[in-house]
Amino acid sequence: MINYISRRLLYAAVILLLVSMAVYAIFQFLPFDPAALTCGKNCRPNLIAANRVRLGFDKPLWEQYWLFLSGIFVGRDYGVGSAAFSCSAPSLGYSFRQNACVTDLIKQALPVTLSLAIGALILWLIVGIGLGILAARFKDSPIDTGSTIFVLIGTSLPTFVTGLLLLIYLTLKNNIIPLNFDAYVSVFDNPSKFFMYFLLPWITLAFAFSAIYTRYTRSAVIETSGEDYIRTAWAKGLKSSVVLRKHTLRAALAPLTTLAGLDFAGLLGGAILTETIFNLPGLGRMSLKAVNDFDLPVVLATTLLAATIVVIMNLIVDLLYAVLDPRVRVG
Amino acid sequence: MTPIVKVENLTKHFPIKKNALARRKAGNVKAVDGISFEIAPGETLGMVGESGCGKTTAGRTIIKLYEPTGGKIYFEGEDITEISPSAMRSYRSKMQIIFQDPFASLNPRHTIGRIIAAPFEIQNITPEGGVKRAVQTLMERVGLNPEHYNRFPHEFSGGQRQRIGIARSIALKPKFIVADEPVSALDVSIQAQIINLLDDLQTEFGMSFLFIAHDLSVVQHISDRVAVMYLGKIMEIAPTTDLYAAPHHPYTKALLSAVPVPDPQTERTRERILLHGDLPSPMNPPTGCVFNTRCWKAQDRCRIDEPELLQIGTSSVACHFPE
Amino acid sequence: MTRLLDINDLHVTFPTEDGNVKAVDGLSLTLDAGETVAIVGESGSGKTVTSLSVLGLHNKKRTRLTGEILVHSERGVVDVVSCDDEELRKLRGSAVAMIFQDPMSSLHPYYSIGNQLSEAYRVVTKASKKDALKRCVEMLDLVGIPEPQKRVKEYPHQFSGGMRQRVMIAMAIINNPRILIADEPTTALDVTVQAQILSLLKELQREFNMGILLITHDLGVVAEVADRVNVMYAGKVVERGTVDDIYYRPLAPYTMGLLSSIPSVYGKGTGRLSAIPGQPPSLISLPEGCSFASRCSFPSQVVGASCATDAPHLSEDEPGHFARCHLALADRRTAGAKFAAKGGTA
Repeated sequence: MINYISRRLLYAAVILLLVSMAVYAIFQFLPFDPAALTCGKNCRPNLIAANRVRLGFDKPLWEQYWLFLSGIFVGRDYGVGSAAFSCSAPSLGYSFRQNACVTDLIKQALPVTLSLAIGALILWLIVGIGLGILAARFKDSPIDTGSTIFVLIGTSLPTFVTGLLLLIYLTLKNNIIPLNFDAYVSVFDNPSKFFMYFLLPWITLAFAFSAIYTRYTRSAVIETSGEDYIRTAWAKGLKSSVVLRKHTLRAALAPLTTLAGLDFAGLLGGAILTETIFNLPGLGRMSLKAVNDFDLPVVLATTLLAATIVVIMNLIVDLLYAVLDPRVRVG
Repeated sequence: MTPIVKVENLTKHFPIKKNALARRKAGNVKAVDGISFEIAPGETLGMVGESGCGKTTAGRTIIKLYEPTGGKIYFEGEDITEISPSAMRSYRSKMQIIFQDPFASLNPRHTIGRIIAAPFEIQNITPEGGVKRAVQTLMERVGLNPEHYNRFPHEFSGGQRQRIGIARSIALKPKFIVADEPVSALDVSIQAQIINLLDDLQTEFGMSFLFIAHDLSVVQHISDRVAVMYLGKIMEIAPTTDLYAAPHHPYTKALLSAVPVPDPQTERTRERILLHGDLPSPMNPPTGCVFNTRCWKAQDRCRIDEPELLQIGTSSVACHFPE
Repeated sequence: MTRLLDINDLHVTFPTEDGNVKAVDGLSLTLDAGETVAIVGESGSGKTVTSLSVLGLHNKKRTRLTGEILVHSERGVVDVVSCDDEELRKLRGSAVAMIFQDPMSSLHPYYSIGNQLSEAYRVVTKASKKDALKRCVEMLDLVGIPEPQKRVKEYPHQFSGGMRQRVMIAMAIINNPRILIADEPTTALDVTVQAQILSLLKELQREFNMGILLITHDLGVVAEVADRVNVMYAGKVVERGTVDDIYYRPLAPYTMGLLSSIPSVYGKGTGRLSAIPGQPPSLISLPEGCSFASRCSFPSQVVGASCATDAPHLSEDEPGHFARCHLALADRRTAGAKFAAKGGTA
């Protein structure tokens, strides 16, 4: 098992390095001059040329990549002399548009996205798995029919429609959930405010996912119930609750960890639609804005961050799966 | 007479990779590990053995569905071991295979007529009187109603589907057919129908069979000679009557003794040889004689020297201490 | 003789869109302590659904069950067809246990052998975890698994097919059940392993005086282990008798056809097999009259009844030997006589 973990960690590190190279290279081949994007309206050719040298854009590509990479570990100064901006490690670049270290921008946006994603994940796991189990257990009953309708609506309504409908009916028309114009507060500072702030975004985001997870859970539970080893469990004289909990759910839901892990990783890259509808200052909105503004360092950094999260979540999911399924524990 | 098929020291190893990233091979599954035999025109060679003994791999390698790892395959005296897939196509009309699972080996979206006509289409042959007539003649020959030409596989029972598979494989009048467990998925009463059909077809067309099965009674019924395989090697090969009457290899003896006979009195009285333990992994077979770990006659020599196939009467036996 | 199981006039029906599938049509049988009763038949004959219904393991939503399945347990007689779920649950594992065809898929892949075995033990005995584990090791040793102390901690995928079937047997008999239902217990195994498992089952039966209800399609296996045999065709028992009755003096045309169609290792090995022509009938639209009539090779010289229109009843043609056939007994005896000399010496 330890052997397996260390091998997987090594692979993850290699993959991350390759991903960072690929992402960096892609951004170099975009038809933009990075130096030209460092100054605003009053860009003159000589200023661009000076910036190019100051920021190292004149150096060979591999050297620029090396500077970028070492910046992540030891921090980096952008520019020289009095005009230099220093970003401490881990530095992912400097945004001349926003005059800030990219890492600092991410540090502000990440907790918002993280809160949104974790809350939504918990919500959709509870609703999706719970409803899925009920639908499977009471197959062909009104509960099952109801869940099918929910799945249909959930999978066919786009997030922006759900979000806007919720906003209109729960907040603007009926004022069930008061509209929140306040800025983001951490859960540790003001839990109740935090919950009110995120409630609608959570519901919006979790809605579509719950539908998918309901459908998945229902079919997985029904399929597993037909397995030979479940018949064995019944033949032992186990109570139906034990057959369901210990035997059926364990086998039916183990593959769900993979699905949940990857969906979660996807959201950490930024739930762009939800963040936009509810005006949340998260990673998704930040990347969107950066793309619109040609803020290349931010785009580069968020892309890299999203890729990293996917790689790490993959690793976590695989390790978790090895814990759940003894057949994976090999070597 | 030139044998239809001759195999010399044929091996087929499957590499095992631990995972996709590590190119390093974790080992080889020695599915077929140096087997030699001949099949004469019109002869049926039965091949028996337990699961994992390599009999299916052997059958598929001989007609080059798998590329052999080593050894030689001759078809009508010509070496086809190294032949390219495109050159192999002209041989395909002469050698065919019937699969075990009549459910999985027929395309569910094609009509029976189209499935049976496929060999004509692939080989670009227009039979006399047209494809449809040829197919209906074939259907009639294997005991299917020719009017069912436009039906789909799911409308047929297991036995009928196996008849479809057989019609397809005899369409081009091949000289050699590998029948890979053709009746093991079928019920006893249907199984007998299919065995009789194969018997009749052989009498009619004079083709040779490699008949692969785990059921020793079926193999005995249909074969002229029988090869017994264990862990990728031939333990014993002999004319059917001799092999069943007087097995020389301890494994053959144990295998025959393990088969339950539909005769209660025989069952009550006979002594049975119970082999201990399981089949060793074909990834890591025992040294010397591969059967030594389960053999009650094994001596030190069996753990070191691998026995050669030696002639005893009409049988060839790979054992240091044959019965 | 201690009676363990009485099945009386069992009907199992699956309602489908196309009509009712009569999987089992009026089956009655008995099982006593220490004996092995076999149900033989081909696919669709109703043998597996019979075995499942004894433990109430059939799909309750899609199956209609009528008749009686009386299990004689230590706590009294329970009718599986009419009892409630809780009563049924208490029978399972303790009075009636079952082993299945495919040992590869019958064990839970995620739990260790020890976990699965001790769970079966503790649900009946309420023993402590430690005692249960001790019992597991004993049972694994009993069914011939080497190094039980070590292997009890391992998972199903680390066992071979034969070893998994041994584990299944250990799990089935861990609570000393009186009845063991074995549904094709060796069909998925190789012959040499099959021989091991059958000899283990016989040994355990002698030791614990269990009644075994054996479900199989393999007439060789039946000849080896059964005392009494029920031959099923299209949901009905067509012949019942001792194993010698069935193999040497068969009275039902289907049994004769079945016996003739198997090639035997010790048989002649040449010539054609006498196959039964045609296919088994669809269980949705069973023919009027005898279900086997269209495949029967006997000329139907029947007096007072017709194979095509009147369904024959199971009648006791000889003491303890039943057959379901309209044909004259004398004719059937003559036809069955050719099986008396069948079989040779090993």
